[in-house]
Amino acid sequence: MSALDELYRQVILDHYRSPRHRGALKGPHIHAEGLNPSCGDEFSIDLLIDDGVIVDVATQGQGCSISQASGSMMTEAIIGRTLEEARALADTFKRMMGIEEGENPLDPEKPGAVLGDLEALQGVKKFPVRIKCADLPWTTLSDALDRSES
Amino acid sequence: MNGHPLAYLDSAATTQKPIQVLDAVDDFYRTKNSNVHRGAYALSAEATDAYEGARAKVASFINAGGPDEVVFSRGATTSLNHIAYGWGLNRLSEGDRVVLTIMEHHANVVPWQLVARHTGIELVYLTLDDHYEVDLSGLADLLDERVKVIAFSGMSNVTGTLGPARTLVEAARSVGALVVVDGAQLVPHAPMDVQDLDADFLVFSGHKMLGPTGIGAMWGKPERLEEMEPAEGGGEMIADVGLYESRWAPVPHKFEAGTPPIAQAVGLGAAVDYLQKVGMEAVRDHEHEITGYALKRLADVPDLTVYGPTDPTHRGGAVSFSLADIHAHDIATVLDEHGIAVRAGHHCAKPLLRHLHVPATARASFYLYNTLDEVDRLIDGLLDARRVFGLDA
Ligand SMILES: Cc1ncc(COP(=O)(O)O)c(C=O)c1O
Repeated sequence: MSALDELYRQVILDHYRSPRHRGALKGPHIHAEGLNPSCGDEFSIDLLIDDGVIVDVATQGQGCSISQASGSMMTEAIIGRTLEEARALADTFKRMMGIEEGENPLDPEKPGAVLGDLEALQGVKKFPVRIKCADLPWTTLSDALDRSES
Repeated sequence: MNGHPLAYLDSAATTQKPIQVLDAVDDFYRTKNSNVHRGAYALSAEATDAYEGARAKVASFINAGGPDEVVFSRGATTSLNHIAYGWGLNRLSEGDRVVLTIMEHHANVVPWQLVARHTGIELVYLTLDDHYEVDLSGLADLLDERVKVIAFSGMSNVTGTLGPARTLVEAARSVGALVVVDGAQLVPHAPMDVQDLDADFLVFSGHKMLGPTGIGAMWGKPERLEEMEPAEGGGEMIADVGLYESRWAPVPHKFEAGTPPIAQAVGLGAAVDYLQKVGMEAVRDHEHEITGYALKRLADVPDLTVYGPTDPTHRGGAVSFSLADIHAHDIATVLDEHGIAVRAGHHCAKPLLRHLHVPATARASFYLYNTLDEVDRLIDGLLDARRVFGLDA
């Protein structure tokens, strides 16, 4: 597969075109917003947290396929998780993308075993200027998690 | 670039530099390097001559009345800030109006907003019509003695729209308002005669016309430059400095505080020489041809929308577009893989993109060194973007 086809895998285009958990939550919830000023990508997240567990999530945003697909996949990955699990997930994602130091957490023998669909975003690593696009939803999530604990 | 020859289609952001410009900068540093207007030694006199010689070249390039009408600055942005602060802040007051267009670069918006904060002036915008031309239908109603400045882009860096200079200059004169032309995208691409333009100020950037970064100019009518206050103070710009008051050096030096970008000015002089040798008519004609060809070929790409006027002889060579549901950054990434450099984003013109209801566009922009073949490669790249995004399955 060419680097381009690896970047824009089917699953990424699918999440870009049909983002999951879109919208806003009603009632009390945690809210955070992220922006990449240099490219204009926007992402915001609403989290409903009950007893330390993320029970519902809704996002809004506009931007490139990478930022929006990353956010859509993220919603599926964090729903039903505890706050610690969500943080650990963000950490694993950032290590996979080389955003944070540390070993690549993925199992080369078993694609999808560690991060599911999100592993499709590895193709972004070959396009360093686009890594911040994939990271935007995760930074916004971290911000929301910080708020939930303060 | 990425295994392909580079097709550089981002000259509206900054241009590539000819060897003559690189050599001029290099030669200055090697043989004349010293500060200007200071040393009593021969080397400094040579540097001063080179710097002032560049000013004379730029003045003649735009057919100014003389070199003293040309103020060197860091570029269009700095020049516009000089005007907003040096002229606007001192001469505008609450209730006065500055008329802009919706297509302005942030450089011709934010400085006026800063002045508005200090003075309470009001900013009023002319918008674009459905053909991406500045909508002049409301102009007559807008004109009254409150209008003190009309400031507009000579050519949009997003849509390629030409600012309707004749009409706006005439309108400004009818109410005694000042005219500021942002020539950042105009001066590099077409012959410029400031006496014919008859504005009060014209600003532009060297790096968008084959010159180095960090140098640009502000042309002003002599009487405007005389009445305008300096926006920056320091060395070089004074006649005398007391403890509490100072007197300014004569125009243009009163606007050039501190050590100027000397080598860059010399480089801009070389760029102007280069452009004059090619001939600005030839530059313009070449861009008309290439823009016309690009518009024609882009029209054949399915689901592609061009944001800008359609007549290639009545617009600039900045061509913004969107393609189906593919985001501009994704278009740029696909094209980059094909060795084609285009810009994606809001192009520092957020009010315009909001007006067009698009968060971002991709933009190809052309200059004298671009070829029709590069346009063909752009089209092939866009077709590949369709394939990658599964649109031709
Ligand atoms: C129309 C217009 N005005 C002003 C500017 C600002 O120029 P600079 O960044 O060189 O100061 C630009 C640059 O993109 C422009 O296109």
